[in-house]
Amino acid sequence: MIPLHYMMSLSAIIFAIGVAGVIIRRNILVMFMSIELMINAVNLAFIALGSRLGSIDGQVIVFFVMTVAAAEAAIGLGIIISVFRNRETVHADDLTLLRW
Amino acid sequence: MVSAVAAFFGGLAIISALGVIVQRNPVHSLLSLIVTLISIAALFIAEDATVVGLLQIIVYAGAIMVLFLFVIWLLNLQAEAQLSGHLALKLGGSIAASAFAAEMYAILARPHLLSQFTAEPPGFGSIDSLAPKLFTDYLVAFEAASILLLVAVVGAVAMARRLPSAGERKPSGEEQAS
Repeated sequence: MIPLHYMMSLSAIIFAIGVAGVIIRRNILVMFMSIELMINAVNLAFIALGSRLGSIDGQVIVFFVMTVAAAEAAIGLGIIISVFRNRETVHADDLTLLRW
Repeated sequence: MVSAVAAFFGGLAIISALGVIVQRNPVHSLLSLIVTLISIAALFIAEDATVVGLLQIIVYAGAIMVLFLFVIWLLNLQAEAQLSGHLALKLGGSIAASAFAAEMYAILARPHLLSQFTAEPPGFGSIDSLAPKLFTDYLVAFEAASILLLVAVVGAVAMARRLPSAGERKPSGEEQAS
């Protein structure tokens, strides 16, 4: 079995890479992909801890997280298409309609 | 001791996750993301979560990533000439993310955390152990998830639908009057 601290470090590193992607990149599609990275890092932690506790609940929750991620991807990409159609850009800095 | 398989897929996951955020071309970012997801699926299977690992490959690396790819093609995105954004933002973002990783490591990855493990029951992670839980304890959540997916499909179609162009649309005065 893989050591727990290895799995948790991996989860922390992938989550942090996702955070960095959202902060650094200005392309909203790549920002969206970074959010998927963060979701997967959390899933990894759920699976690792669930198997250590001998409980199946961790896997069931990952199943639901994947369902929500699929719904989120469909809605998010719909919003991105809609924004692109109206503003002709996917650059987050150009979308300033709500800026005060 | 970390086995060779876990070390390989863990390293691959980190390298390809870095690839997602440093590639200039969105298609290359997406391909890196698919490699990350498949590495994570391999780690799931190594952790005795066989069904979830296979679902990860089919649903995540398959269906959701194809959706991303279609959107990239639809928007006809080109590679950025250079990664946009201020240098300060990049530097600050990297430092913030590193600090965040260190913090999470300090909290989560302590060797004495959860030192008393429970042995897995036989057949752990198979569909036989997953399905009864899903349809008893989590039945309400399961039904809610099905409604969520239905709403998401309807919402996505409603948002991405091409509205009549400005020329065909009625003048705003008439719209308000009617």
